[in-house]
Amino acid sequence: MSDKVVAELQEPTPAVGDGGPDMIQLLTPEGQRVSHPDYDKYVADLTPEDLRSFYRDLVLIRRLDAEGYALQRQGELGLWPSLLGQEAAQVGSGRALKPHDFVFPTYREHGVGFVRGMDPQSSLQLFRGVSQGGWDPQENNFHLYTIVIGAQALHATGYAMGVRMDGNVGTGDPDRDTAVICYFGDGASSQGDVNEAFVYAASFDAPVVFFCQNNQWAISEPVEKQTRIPLFQRARGFGFPGVRVDGNDILATYAVTQHCLDEARNGNGPLLIEAYTYRMGAHTTADDPTKYRVSAEVEEWKFRDPILRLKTLLAHEGMADEAFFARIDEEADQFAAELREGCVTMETMAGETMWDHVYAEDHPVMEAERAAYLAYKASFEEAN
Amino acid sequence: MAGQLEKVTLGKSITNGLRKAMEADPKVVLIGEDIGKLGGVFRITEGLQKDFGEDRVIDSPLAESGIVGTAVGMALRGYRPVCEIQFDGFVYPAFDQIVSQVAKMHARALGAVKIPMVIRIPFGGGIGSPEHHSESPEAYFAHTAGLRVVACSNPEDAHWMIQQAVACDDPVIFFEPKRRYHDRAEYDTTATTAPRGLFEANVLREGTDVTLLGYGPVVKTMLESADAAEAEGTSIEVIDLRSLSPLPIDTIVESVRKTGRLVVVQEASSFLGMASEISAQVTEQCFYELEAPVVRVAGANIPYPPSRMEEEFLPDLDRILDGVDRALAY
Repeated sequence: MSDKVVAELQEPTPAVGDGGPDMIQLLTPEGQRVSHPDYDKYVADLTPEDLRSFYRDLVLIRRLDAEGYALQRQGELGLWPSLLGQEAAQVGSGRALKPHDFVFPTYREHGVGFVRGMDPQSSLQLFRGVSQGGWDPQENNFHLYTIVIGAQALHATGYAMGVRMDGNVGTGDPDRDTAVICYFGDGASSQGDVNEAFVYAASFDAPVVFFCQNNQWAISEPVEKQTRIPLFQRARGFGFPGVRVDGNDILATYAVTQHCLDEARNGNGPLLIEAYTYRMGAHTTADDPTKYRVSAEVEEWKFRDPILRLKTLLAHEGMADEAFFARIDEEADQFAAELREGCVTMETMAGETMWDHVYAEDHPVMEAERAAYLAYKASFEEAN
Repeated sequence: MAGQLEKVTLGKSITNGLRKAMEADPKVVLIGEDIGKLGGVFRITEGLQKDFGEDRVIDSPLAESGIVGTAVGMALRGYRPVCEIQFDGFVYPAFDQIVSQVAKMHARALGAVKIPMVIRIPFGGGIGSPEHHSESPEAYFAHTAGLRVVACSNPEDAHWMIQQAVACDDPVIFFEPKRRYHDRAEYDTTATTAPRGLFEANVLREGTDVTLLGYGPVVKTMLESADAAEAEGTSIEVIDLRSLSPLPIDTIVESVRKTGRLVVVQEASSFLGMASEISAQVTEQCFYELEAPVVRVAGANIPYPPSRMEEEFLPDLDRILDGVDRALAY
């Protein structure tokens, strides 16, 4: 091993909580707009109206998350994986996508789904136990939630290979060139499938952007358990660019994702984005973070709240007034009421539908078992 | 119009079937290790990359989960991928993708997406190889709802079944009897319709005393056993199962109701294998017609042995006839 490689490997790892000098930031935790030579251009055209709509998305998905949590606690959902603290990473990246781009989410991407136009009831129905997903991925170019950690990275890569085989990369036609974005977390970065996806994506120049939300915790395990080096630096070993962005900064996340998606669409994929953020809540409603992390850490991250910093910017720059913020809060109340109503009135499908979609083509076992089930059910009615 | 009879090996029949499938549908793509210039370690894809290009015959990095997982993504994009797994024992790194993603995606989406892919797996022993090259993992996949599992045993079936598997809108695990790749048979290579459906069993030889049932590499051995038994005055009906899931149980039941005896042959270990399930279903449906318990002639319940011992492990003619004798002893 050459001295140079050793020296690179011994670069100091930034302390947790500090994204380090490589982290792209356009909006400080205090709500101050800071300039970046490479990324300013991606936010230059954003109007006050755009920024207000960013704010609206952030508030609504935080409310969606709060309702998901409450509905689980009230027994209406079986489980809820919270996105609290990751709103900017999800809205910033999601808003950077074009309609014809394609998203492969994890089960925590409720915010990305929301900005893609998904009905929020879709994720509620999954966690209510009404279906295992049940939506058509082609409707909003938003794939089904994948629960096996990291498995979707290969699906995203294969889809992107297909995009390239279709010739929809690097044509210069903005309506045709297509990027794929793959969400995963810091824990998933240890999975074989994610690493295989990096290899395949590089080998086939796939137009895919790997978007890793490093929220510092994989259930109870801190990110140091997954990696010795900052995650974005992993990309270099696979032969493609990696960048760390402040995932609690919606402007930077939006800008960096735009840049990487453009690169992918132009044929310069794959790329890796590490959105440096924090899971403010539990892993899911079944988790108890007080057993493994100190509250001081959570308190520290509260100062970097993604919504507060955009609100500060909007207020400070005179782009929004109290009436606007009050209006968004009202809208969130209305949104929450509709979510709850939709959730608690959701119908469970009849038992005999269990066999309906196991296969696309006719299957004798499905038909026989469904018939036997119906006959069994009917036998009770006859007995009455 | 008279067809053109040609003598073709089983391996080349799959090659020809793949070629026809690729000609019929431009969305059919092949992906696997060494399948391009080399044509695969068994040469099944020989010449296809030259004719269809590197985008349709894709040499994959050496990672099986990657082969199957990226194929899922391609299927979601509208392609019909055919994966080649190099050897049976190398499918396990892709097991999660197959059982958790390939098998369940259609149901997860309530039918909104299809995963029309084929996973080709050369299986079975008898080739003198080291560990992991001679396994029979079919039961793992037959156990998993959402998958269809088939095994071909002869050149003509190989030719048709691979085309039918590619045309199927469900994922199909396609087992190829690797020690039979070089077996030849004459059939009409210009025929335009398949002799039977992909998920049907085939009664290869009619008989009255015992039904002998198996799939893949043991089918040839079963036919030889039936010949030998006939010389001793025993009439054996031989059925090539062909479809492991769904199980063509009606054909089996019809035969057993006639013969009253069933011997099931498989290379896989007997415990919880295909023969176990067949035995249970036949017992449920033919309880009064059975003259003897269903007999299983199978691999031992051990890891596949070193190749110098594999002849002791694999069901051969004598072990099959011993099974027949045990069924006839009742």
